[in-house]
Amino acid sequence: MKARIVVGEGSCGLAAGAGAVYDALQAALTADVPATLGITGCIGMCYLEPIVDVYDAAGALHRCVRVKPEDAAAITAAVKADDFSGLGELLISAEDETFLSRQTRIALRHCGLIDPEDVDDYTAGDGYKALEKALKTMTPEQVIEEIKTSGLAGRGGAGFPTWFKWNAARASEGEEKYLICNADEGDPGAFMDRAVIESDPHSLIEGMMIAAYAIGAKEAIVYVRAEYPLAIVRLTKAIGDARAKGFLGKNILGSGFSCDMRIKAGAGAFVCGEETALIESLEGSRGMPRLKPPFPAEAGYWHKPSNINNVETFANVAWIILNGGAAFAAMGTERSRGTKVFAVTGKVKRGGLVEIPMGKTLRDVIFGIAGGIRDGREFKAVQLGGPSGGCIPASLLDTVIDYASLQATGAIMGSGGMVVMDDSTCMVGVAKFFLEFTTKESCGKCVHCRIGTKRLGEILQRIVDGEGKEGDVELLEELCETVKAGALCGLGQSAPNPVLTTIRYFRDEYDAHIRDHKCPAKQCRPLLTYSIDETACKGCSLCSQKCPAKAISGERKKPFKIDPAACIRCGACAAACRFDAVRVD
Amino acid sequence: MSCCNHQQVDLSLLSGVLEEYAGVKGSLITILQKTQEIYGYIPVDAVYHIASRTGATPAKIMGVATFYSQFRFQPIGKYLIMLCKGTACYVNGTERIFDAIADELGIGNGETTADGLFTLSVVSCLGCCSLAPVMMINDRTYGSLTPDKTRKILRELREEAAKE
Repeated sequence: MKARIVVGEGSCGLAAGAGAVYDALQAALTADVPATLGITGCIGMCYLEPIVDVYDAAGALHRCVRVKPEDAAAITAAVKADDFSGLGELLISAEDETFLSRQTRIALRHCGLIDPEDVDDYTAGDGYKALEKALKTMTPEQVIEEIKTSGLAGRGGAGFPTWFKWNAARASEGEEKYLICNADEGDPGAFMDRAVIESDPHSLIEGMMIAAYAIGAKEAIVYVRAEYPLAIVRLTKAIGDARAKGFLGKNILGSGFSCDMRIKAGAGAFVCGEETALIESLEGSRGMPRLKPPFPAEAGYWHKPSNINNVETFANVAWIILNGGAAFAAMGTERSRGTKVFAVTGKVKRGGLVEIPMGKTLRDVIFGIAGGIRDGREFKAVQLGGPSGGCIPASLLDTVIDYASLQATGAIMGSGGMVVMDDSTCMVGVAKFFLEFTTKESCGKCVHCRIGTKRLGEILQRIVDGEGKEGDVELLEELCETVKAGALCGLGQSAPNPVLTTIRYFRDEYDAHIRDHKCPAKQCRPLLTYSIDETACKGCSLCSQKCPAKAISGERKKPFKIDPAACIRCGACAAACRFDAVRVD
Repeated sequence: MSCCNHQQVDLSLLSGVLEEYAGVKGSLITILQKTQEIYGYIPVDAVYHIASRTGATPAKIMGVATFYSQFRFQPIGKYLIMLCKGTACYVNGTERIFDAIADELGIGNGETTADGLFTLSVVSCLGCCSLAPVMMINDRTYGSLTPDKTRKILRELREEAAKE
């Protein structure tokens, strides 16, 4: 058997330079090297990209990490000699291997292992076997029953039981029904849906076709955000290939069931993650949420019965049908079954995609799998659920990951974004960051959301500017409750969460800004004072050269001085100083 | 329609798109996306032309186009800089990157340099959070940015453009 060299070409890998690595490997792969070269998607170890997996002639894996184009010759030479011991530092360390070995992969089961552009690679394993099983041996009711047994709940954030939605859509009257996949992954900090589509598009298609069969849909639509061009390219190809092989379209696998599939590219609106807004957008209108009821299961796309699930939800379906709902339900906790994928980013040592059974703790993920905080700093908070979620402090790191436990903290499970923050992150600044986002993304339909988020943002702005007043925190809390109560959809109802959780857990930071005019994280510029420590300054003049405001003066070899009136607090001096002589207070 | 900075565009370029989608229910966003692919932005004349062919009012079309952040109403520069302001990028200092770009190019968010080379657009999340802070220039993604690295990238692009 020939050896195989496989380059990880997800968006992260490509951004880290996987394309150039592939080209270099192709050039180094002369006829005398007994190997083939191919691609795969994202294995989820984003911090080690670009990653090159080498399967030797015996099929053993030698994983090379942080590969540069100039490493190509060493890799092909090792393949030729069938001796990988010389690759040394290129090979993944035992510690980094634990990033994957501590995970349980269901939704991500093929990611980084198969070629996402080759349907045969998918069917070489158990690909499309679940669809065949469902179509040929199960009734739609049995499919729904199996999903019910599994306990699968909506992975987009709400956690609503999947079987219930399917059953409602199935029970709705009418011949014309639609199945929709919500791939409008708008939460900043979440990218698991992108990874699934880029790395394993056929598992999404297979899950959707099984769901279409269960509810009786004749057409399936994937609503993908336009910011994910590679996902759209790969899914387009996968749909074409699946159609050619008879896995979708007319008379699927000879079963008599027909359902076709198409992609609709979103146009950039966070609110379209809300299912009725998404439907409005699919119909070519502004993405403004509808009143519920009627629910989409009764009157959705073109007012026909429709069912909408998230990418990760669908990615679990084929596995459940093949392995049984009970096997899925055996993982997780009593009230939250199965696994969940998290995109762990921010100030951790090892950022990437982590899939774990429900019931693990936040500490297990952040300090176990992701390796804790980098640069020797202190953990301060983890942000879960994006703009709809909240910030959880160190004292709650042992919180169990399930829908109810996370909700009790004031955050939410959300789609799975997990942004870790250290002591250099200002929590008032984080709240302002999210409110700026929700203000911009509010569709404008409800007054409380449209104007309330704006006013919340303004109060937060004056606090970080050092102009906060006594009573501002109480005003924020009152306004938050009003916005929650007065908004129609999830965007407005959850927009105050980042403010409320930061007040609940980091009230001291609000008080420091308002009463002491200090930012404990030293991030809010108007509250900072830059000075030079005379004992540490060597008089090298580098800071004065870098200062864009010409606020630093002095004689060489003598301590320099910063003019506080001219200083614009940009931090260029602190970044330039090699003697750690710039003080920030 | 005419106004002070009204730009003439060749509307015949839209005929293929309208041929395919004008009669298809619910395809207004698709038509606008194709229009932007053709012109690089949504010209006012194109809005009126689409209205005349689809039966949607110009107000409805502008209502939809201005709702979504993808659509622009001014021509963009040769290089479109999409600076990510997702949570991970924010936590890792994207504001300093913004300052470096604004200072280097003398433009703010949504603006284009006078020489027509660069347009700066701050976007919500590019989904490359592990490489934060991140920006995308045309189709290429640049990760783990620092202010100095960002300035260097922009200067190289400027030199590249000068050579052409």
